[in-house]
Amino acid sequence: MISRRDFLQTSMAAAALYGGSGFGNWGRLAAQQALTQDKLLEFDTFGNVSLVHITDIHAQLKPIYFREPSVNIGVGGNKGAVPHVTGADFRKLYGIDDGSPSAYALTSDDFNALAKGYGRVGGLDRVATVINSIRADRPDALLLDGGDTWHGSYTCHHTQGQDMVNVMNALKPDAMTFHWEFTLGSDRVNEIVEGLPFAALGQNIFDAEWDEPAELFPPYKFFERGGVKIAVIGQAFPYMPIANPGWMFPEYSFGIRDERMQEMVDQVRAEGAELVVCLSHNGFDVDKQMAGKVKGIDVILSGHTHDALPEPVLVEETIIVASGSNGKFVSRVDLDVRDGRMMGFRHKLIPIFSDVITPDAEVTKVIDAQRAPYADKLAEVIGQTADDQVLYRRGNFNGTWDDLICDALISEREADIALSPGVRWGPSIPAGHDITREDIWNVTSMSYGEAYRTEMTGEFLHVVLEDVADNLFNPDPYYQQGGDMVRVGGLGYRIDVTKPQGERITEMTLLKTGEAIDASKTYQIAGWASVNEGTEGPPIWDVVEAHIAKQEGPISLDPNNSVTVVGA
Amino acid sequence: MEMTRRDVMAAGAGALLIAGLPVRVSAATEDAIAAFTGGAEIGSGDISLTAPEIAENGNTVPIEVSSDTAASILVLATGNPTPGVAQFNFGPGAASRAASTRIRLAGTQDVVAIAKLEDGSFVQASSTVKVTIGGCGG
Repeated sequence: MISRRDFLQTSMAAAALYGGSGFGNWGRLAAQQALTQDKLLEFDTFGNVSLVHITDIHAQLKPIYFREPSVNIGVGGNKGAVPHVTGADFRKLYGIDDGSPSAYALTSDDFNALAKGYGRVGGLDRVATVINSIRADRPDALLLDGGDTWHGSYTCHHTQGQDMVNVMNALKPDAMTFHWEFTLGSDRVNEIVEGLPFAALGQNIFDAEWDEPAELFPPYKFFERGGVKIAVIGQAFPYMPIANPGWMFPEYSFGIRDERMQEMVDQVRAEGAELVVCLSHNGFDVDKQMAGKVKGIDVILSGHTHDALPEPVLVEETIIVASGSNGKFVSRVDLDVRDGRMMGFRHKLIPIFSDVITPDAEVTKVIDAQRAPYADKLAEVIGQTADDQVLYRRGNFNGTWDDLICDALISEREADIALSPGVRWGPSIPAGHDITREDIWNVTSMSYGEAYRTEMTGEFLHVVLEDVADNLFNPDPYYQQGGDMVRVGGLGYRIDVTKPQGERITEMTLLKTGEAIDASKTYQIAGWASVNEGTEGPPIWDVVEAHIAKQEGPISLDPNNSVTVVGA
Repeated sequence: MEMTRRDVMAAGAGALLIAGLPVRVSAATEDAIAAFTGGAEIGSGDISLTAPEIAENGNTVPIEVSSDTAASILVLATGNPTPGVAQFNFGPGAASRAASTRIRLAGTQDVVAIAKLEDGSFVQASSTVKVTIGGCGG
């Protein structure tokens, strides 16, 4: 008798062999210059349930450019495993041709050249068209938002997330989970959530004082779709009060709480759930580990680490779907649920090519209405990128956007060394483009963006780097917080990712003198996004804008070779 | 090629089984354990310890211990200057042999729970709790 696991593996193999994931044909499409909306949306409707997943939009209402990482190191059991595969290795793994639309969407090589040909990605009015098309095939498809939605832009900051709430409401999601939303402060989060026309889920969102489940965020919600009883369980980002300022939402506690996740799965199964979906903001490696520990989840829709994977990853009997970030992708997962269990799936990671997918006029109108009051401020041109200078952020160690931000911190704040947080949000800018105020806000906007200046001893600076490195390279994913290594300006170092905390970072060098960092000496440090209450300084976006405006000629950065990575 | 991809995925999933972290034990911890067990051997079994992987606040870390058959459970913070946290004793009529409390941790360390079971044997569970200075998530 064929087991459920065999069914799932057969689905996976069929997707790989017959291009069911939708990526196999792209190279040919490019050759025929026939990248069309119909081809992008082509999907042979399957089974009886459809899930639509979008996550980590970071308030990107409009089409943007977004370069995927060239460095994404996996450690421990995840060394060399997806999503820790980039560039040519990634293309080989998924059978993607160089220069094809999927190469542009999913890898970083030739980004600038391909950006010219394929243009911008994302835009929630294009996303709306994709969702409408899926709903035309399957009117009761579930739309699930993985969170990091109400953060990341000029308009989102100035409206305290209201622009995103208004536009997302037009898309009519069925449920959502959370991360950066909480950095709006708990009063504002509570206010929005109380008025949401869809479920705000998080089995791991607790009342901090009593360590009891928070009433405002139910653990799960049942949906009846295609004759199937579906339970969607929410999993918010586990380490919010650690990775973000906990003082902004002191009433809440989080954590992975996988024991409770198991209790919730058992509970919904006992209540008759035929399909259990986890809408997660754990990050991919944490989701993989959780899938191996918690039994009975059919599908994990994974967010937080911004990975875009053309095929689900199978862990025992759970499929994990990763849908990218910044509005660049939507995942569609069709499921065959019979006799109370998931028997097979068909999946497609749909890239939102902005010039190919027609915007939905209704949603365009809603987006424009949010932006209209700020149109002049957003559009103001502050500088340009040079003809060979792309600005991007993603990657484990440095991106050119952060190199520029660190330059701005060192020069505007008169520091020896600059630190810039290793966040994974923020669109890219191709070479030879204008840099607008909106572009600067897209990579800096947050509710705790004060650019501080402080003194640190060499010893403490080492502790900081070791602490952040362990958040990224601890071999046990449950001890990882997501995000990338803190970016540094004016400082060089060597990192051995295989070593334990305290031994990874060596050879710290002050670049302006070439001297080794002295543990007992004090250095002037400028940075931003401190999680500590009472941090003072000008907003980082003003610091970056002032620096860019002062440059004579377009922005051109020296290549950053200050970090030597060992053990990858 | 297609099979290679499947193999890579299977290998990735298989390699997820991570060995338990070793328990780092200070002299003060060893003394506390010896005083509780009288030097008896400690196995694993009917004891569970629930603690966060990363503490939200090292000054007040919620933990929970439970066991169906424990007469007594000793909780130690092995990295604190004074490792002893609590000892919970359960009488034969105890309806529930579980306890939860909040503890203060001086830094990243293993929290250990040792139960003396009704049959006189000892079992233990441990959990690494990371105390971090905070970072920046994606």
